[in-house]
Amino acid sequence: MAIQQKKKNVVIVGLGWTGSIVGLELAREGYDVLAIERGHDRNIVPNWSYPTTADELKYALRLEEMEKLSNTTVTIRRSLSDTALPYRQLGSFLIGTGVGGCGAHWNCQTWRAHPEEFHLRSYVEKTFGEQIIPEDMTIQDWGVSYNELEPYYDFFEKVAGVAGEAGNIKGHKTGEGNPFEAWRSNTYPMPGGGVTYHGKLFAQAAKSLGYHPFAFPAAIATQSYTNPYGMQMGPCNYCGYCERFGCLNYSKGSPQMCVLAAAKRHKNFQYITRSEVLRIEKSANGETVSGVTYIDPEGREIFQPADMVVLASFQMNNVRLLLHSALGQPYNPQTNEGVIGRNYAYQINVGSATAFFKDKNFNPFIGTGANCMALDDFATNRIDFAKEGFIGGVRIDCNQTNGQPNRSLPLPTGTPAWGAGWKQAIGDWYGRNLGLGLHGSCMSYRDAYLDLDPTYKDKYGRPLMRMTFNWHENDIKLAQFGSARQEEIVKALNPDSYNLRRMQDNEPYDATAYQTTHTVGGAIMGENPQNSALNRYLQHWDYHNLFVPGANAYPQNLEQNPTGTVGALTYWMVAAIKNNYLKNPRPLV
Amino acid sequence: MFYKTDSFQEKTGLLVTEKILSVIKSGVTRRHLLIGAGACAASALSARHIAAQPAGPVPLEHYQRVYFNGQEWAFIMAAVARLIPSDGRGPGAIEARVPVFIDRQMITPWARGEDWYHQAPFNYDAPHYTGYQGRYSPAEAYRIAIPAIDKWAQENYGNIFARLSAARQDAVLEQVQKDGVPIDELRSGDFFSFLWQNTKEGYFADPKYGGNYDMVAWVYIGFPGARASFLDWVDKDNVRYRLGPVSIDGQRA
Ligand SMILES: Cc1cc2nc3c(=O)[nH]c(=O)nc-3n(C[C@H](O)[C@H](O)[C@H](O)COP(=O)(O)OP(=O)(O)OC[C@H]3O[C@@H](n4cnc5c(N)ncnc54)[C@H](O)[C@@H]3O)c2cc1C
Ligand code: SF4
Repeated sequence: MAIQQKKKNVVIVGLGWTGSIVGLELAREGYDVLAIERGHDRNIVPNWSYPTTADELKYALRLEEMEKLSNTTVTIRRSLSDTALPYRQLGSFLIGTGVGGCGAHWNCQTWRAHPEEFHLRSYVEKTFGEQIIPEDMTIQDWGVSYNELEPYYDFFEKVAGVAGEAGNIKGHKTGEGNPFEAWRSNTYPMPGGGVTYHGKLFAQAAKSLGYHPFAFPAAIATQSYTNPYGMQMGPCNYCGYCERFGCLNYSKGSPQMCVLAAAKRHKNFQYITRSEVLRIEKSANGETVSGVTYIDPEGREIFQPADMVVLASFQMNNVRLLLHSALGQPYNPQTNEGVIGRNYAYQINVGSATAFFKDKNFNPFIGTGANCMALDDFATNRIDFAKEGFIGGVRIDCNQTNGQPNRSLPLPTGTPAWGAGWKQAIGDWYGRNLGLGLHGSCMSYRDAYLDLDPTYKDKYGRPLMRMTFNWHENDIKLAQFGSARQEEIVKALNPDSYNLRRMQDNEPYDATAYQTTHTVGGAIMGENPQNSALNRYLQHWDYHNLFVPGANAYPQNLEQNPTGTVGALTYWMVAAIKNNYLKNPRPLV
Repeated sequence: MFYKTDSFQEKTGLLVTEKILSVIKSGVTRRHLLIGAGACAASALSARHIAAQPAGPVPLEHYQRVYFNGQEWAFIMAAVARLIPSDGRGPGAIEARVPVFIDRQMITPWARGEDWYHQAPFNYDAPHYTGYQGRYSPAEAYRIAIPAIDKWAQENYGNIFARLSAARQDAVLEQVQKDGVPIDELRSGDFFSFLWQNTKEGYFADPKYGGNYDMVAWVYIGFPGARASFLDWVDKDNVRYRLGPVSIDGQRA
């Protein structure tokens, strides 16, 4: 029999970006808030102090800050007819755990989406005609518009401490930043920092081809800064231990630094750690949830009743918990019915160009998660989908994040994989190259979805979640389009040699090499409960006191990184909860 | 013999006296010696200078192992010496004390497979697009694979791996790498991946883990280790960073 706790107004599952924002905002309104986090408590001191944090093996290779898959993982298959196998070691995506979630060790690349991406299906149908959408492509409109979200993007950027140059302020092109970005009400809260040599060369080459390079917006402080909650940041020192690492320097915009430190000032905000939520419980009335059941650090099952539950455990975990709690009809790809697990999508990230220069020195260890120049000339709203044969947009970029030698030592094609030739090459080429990346949208399909695995179990004996996903022709064409642009730019750089990694025709998804943790969908927002799990306020269609913020809400993936939009959607949801829902709890749509 | 003197002689033009050799063998593998050519002046190599170095670590032959048995240790010593050989420019895996790193890693949660999803059914021969699917943890894989490779080497080349010529050792490693050596419920290529991954890690990781002795690999490629503070160099285009490496426990090289 589970132990029963005293009822709370709000219970939050997970304490990453989304959970922290909800926790602080509702605590400020005076509600009694409890956040339940499965991982450890973490903070700069003592977790990420210098010099012990400057440890490639511990954090980047053994992945100290990530979830141990012995607790739970997913199984993966590429098609409905395959048998899925477990994702036993972390590979193409990472799974966060602990206070701060992935926001504690992310790259901080903070983007907004293009307006057309929020009504993608309507945009494509209206502009190019319905016939260009393949039959099995299940892209949808989000039910929310860019103009509605703009104030919340603006606020999230202020909270996270984003630095960058604005390209378009209220329709006025500034001549700086990204000339193709959507309108914004304000500049970024901090000016952009400098990029190292690699970025300057990239920008020159891109400009010579008529493109419009600009420095990345990132939640990395470039000066001393105080955010709207009074939280302080200091300028980044380009430590080169950023992605996968907690920040040793109070410079990285993270939930603990930008939000939780403020939440802890409220007595009515409490959080517990090392406590994993097993499921969300339904009320007898069939219209609401009654609270959550979790396992405490002593291994006891505890029921925590609540007036309202916010599921903020990251895209994949949110979908898993909805499936385990039987909240909403699971998606069936045969009939195209059901909503939980529907429209899982990933991110196009395969495709790179590495240029080698005998006479140039890049000091690759001088880096941040976003020491990067990019171009958005091939944005979603600038590509003729009918002509190019794919739907979506792609960014080309040139980032120097770290010189950690196990991770960041590219060698020219043809170098022996080991032995004397390898050793000679690492001495010749370390620090003498720059790399171009690409980052593009990924559409959703009938046969790309999440459900429960028939064979493999988690440590509690429950089915693992199963991912069915493969690249489709649209994704591959988009990546190849990006690679062709990379090759033009790399040639303009005139290097001694270059490597090209271009996606092949029919190349299948490979979950072994790291790509991105930008997994999306599975509990999507939309206009209609038949084909979405959540309404436009991220409220569950069937259980009105359950809200589910995160990239699970994306009906298909965006061209750019997810967290700027995840942050904006979370503040948009919080506004609806504060101003509308809590006064009169009910379905908001 | 674990230190190849011939290339050292070739590069420096110096005769390696017995005294120097014994110092090297005793483990005082200072980077001046290891890098050999160019960078280090002959004067730095005088016996007096070497004798003045602090006492080095335990020689690899006498190192107290925490995981590997004698047969395994002989294999590891020989294999890493082929994967990152000592001759030519830059330190080899032996000078970096990679075998010590690998031995110590074997008792970590990672090598015991505790961080992984480790529930049956296993399917070691399945397509690898979701990653390694075998039942063996990395530490178990070393234990199972090494005798199998030695057996294969014996059958095909007439001796265990550690006693073959360098060329034959390379040929065996190539077979291992391309799944060519039968091992019970393990693809030899998967074992090779562990071995090569751990060898590189031991070469490049912070010295506190037992390899990258004296930061030799960092000095060789020009990585400043745990410095982690470069604001003053962001604008210095194409100018090599000035300072050498520091380790987490505060050593400088
Ligand atoms: C290495 C890395 C780099 C990244 N870089 C970028 C980037 O540059 N730009 C970008 O836009 N995005 C980036 N991301 C993605 C970004 O981190 C996420 O989009 C963001 O953190 C999502 O916030 P969240 O609140 O949804 O989830 P998270 O921040 O992951 O937080 C979820 C929390 O819920 C907890 N939890 C899960 N299940 C349970 C349970 N059952 N019970 C209790 N607690 C639970 C987890 O332990 C975790 O702490 C990166 C991710 C990684 C891993
Ligand atoms: S690069 Fe900057 S923001 Fe990133 S961890 Fe280092 S100091 Fe912090």
